[in-house]
Amino acid sequence: MSDILLPGAYYTTKLDKAMGWARKYSIFMYPFVTACCGMEYMSVASSHYDIDRFGAGLPRFSPRQADVLMVVGTVSQKIAPILRRVYDQMCEPKWVIAFGACASVGGPYDNYATLQGIDRIVPVDIYIPGCPPRPEIIIDGLMKLQEKIANQKHPLI
Amino acid sequence: MTPEELASQLVTDFPELNLTSRVDKGHAVVDVSTDRLVALMTAMKERPEYGFAMLMDLTAVDWFEQRDIRFDLVYHLYSVEHNHRLRVKVQVGEIQHAPSLTKLWPIADWFEREVWDLYGIRFDGHPNLKRIMMYEEFKGHPLRKDYPYNKTQPLIEESWPVRNLQIHMKEAGKIHRP
Repeated sequence: MSDILLPGAYYTTKLDKAMGWARKYSIFMYPFVTACCGMEYMSVASSHYDIDRFGAGLPRFSPRQADVLMVVGTVSQKIAPILRRVYDQMCEPKWVIAFGACASVGGPYDNYATLQGIDRIVPVDIYIPGCPPRPEIIIDGLMKLQEKIANQKHPLI
Repeated sequence: MTPEELASQLVTDFPELNLTSRVDKGHAVVDVSTDRLVALMTAMKERPEYGFAMLMDLTAVDWFEQRDIRFDLVYHLYSVEHNHRLRVKVQVGEIQHAPSLTKLWPIADWFEREVWDLYGIRFDGHPNLKRIMMYEEFKGHPLRKDYPYNKTQPLIEESWPVRNLQIHMKEAGKIHRP
């Protein structure tokens, strides 16, 4: 495509592409912070690493207003029904990020109290490894999620 | 008092309690039986030369098959006034109860609930002996040696990979989209 649109020219796209492009820069996260990974989340969310550059700067503390459920930290068996309920309350379209080793696979806690990965109770789109993950890898995970949003179907009805 | 003085003075002060004491890793340790525990602890708190105003910790040890009397209760006392510490050990059998110390130190309430939750040792006279860490639906006591260390008791359905949620939610009537 030419950089300068001539008078009378037009540009075509697919609806899914346009919706994906719009949605990937408008991520409202619900931070479900249960453990020490929360420190890295705070670090990446504040000015130095600044995920606002990716349109994800504004956390919403109500699941009704959120697009992305970010599960940050260890999820115990006791809190698992609450996590599932938060997920069920979020409106479509919605995505889930498992942030850190504990949320992804249970981390070092192979014991009676810990859920061995949140993917046993909610579907996960992006797994971010690390204990805790560095901000760079979180940004990488966020960009992977943006890529996924941009390339998926966006049914309007 | 130094740990050595504390250990020797306890035995001479309370001959009727039949204590044995020693110094272990710089701490005075005293062994007492369950029926004399309250008498000892009351004296520890109320006699000014001891002045143990603070119950720092209460925990338990499960010796399982290594010993006839299965559990040890371990009380850690600290005196703010004299800056000395004391460890009190009580042997408790599997079906035996221990006396509650909630009347002496209110913090014993939560400590005893924790020990009941994780080890299953009952405390007589506790006002509210229910689980504090695990959920009410949990069966058994997870820090006992005969509890499988990674046996979980999920509260909701778990599956891996997670069941197709669209189908699941349609069944539950949660989405009405065709």
